[in-house]
Amino acid sequence: MIPTSYFIILSAILFTLGAIGVLVRRNAIVIFMAIELMLNAANLAFVAFARQFGAENGQVLVFFVMTVAAAEVAIGLALIVAIFRNKQSINIDDLHELKG
Amino acid sequence: MTASQIIFLIVAVLAIGSAIAVVTAQNLIRAALWLIAVFFWVAGIFGMLNADFIAVTQVMLYIGGIAVLILFAVMLTRKVMHEPGSRYNDNLWLSALLAVLVLAGILAVVLPVAWPTLQTADVSGNVRALGLAFVDKNQYLLPFEIASILLIAALVGAVAIALPTKEQL
Repeated sequence: MIPTSYFIILSAILFTLGAIGVLVRRNAIVIFMAIELMLNAANLAFVAFARQFGAENGQVLVFFVMTVAAAEVAIGLALIVAIFRNKQSINIDDLHELKG
Repeated sequence: MTASQIIFLIVAVLAIGSAIAVVTAQNLIRAALWLIAVFFWVAGIFGMLNADFIAVTQVMLYIGGIAVLILFAVMLTRKVMHEPGSRYNDNLWLSALLAVLVLAGILAVVLPVAWPTLQTADVSGNVRALGLAFVDKNQYLLPFEIASILLIAALVGAVAIALPTKEQL
């Protein structure tokens, strides 16, 4: 039997890598990937706690996280494509104007 | 150390290595493919947690849906696949320090907890219980329906945003 703490530590490490990705990268799509990484790490923690407490609530929450992640990625990538069409760049350092 | 723990450690190291590759990759297509690898290893870890249904959903939704969508977005913004200049912004070291502090904070909270030993029989792998929880009106029926409305709204919204306007055509 694998202890629950192993899964939590792995989840924390994956979450941190995602946070680093969001903070240091300049490309908006890579930032999106890092956000997906963080959501996946949170899912891992949810499932680990669901096993620890023998309840299915944690796994139900994972489904809702996945739903929100799918909606988020669809909208976000559509925004990135629209921004790219207007500015020919998705470097977030270039995107600092409120008016188009 | 038992065999299952050794397998967990191997998969965990592979997942962390793939995640590092996602964050540091120069080529965006490579980053997306490493992301698929991370999703795959995490699906395997869901399997080790007796969450077989979640593991299958992870492969179908994340790899089959989200990762493919990201690959499409990378290819639609093809000109930026090899951007000039550094792929990191100016705050590299400060941000990395901040993230490591977050990791230290999480571990400082989690590690001292003495998790009680698990019984071998647990209900978390029970797909039937999971399905019933979704359609039970005293449990998760309302969030389940709201989630479906959210997905439709996101779908329509994505099409509306990504569609070029008349002067752009």
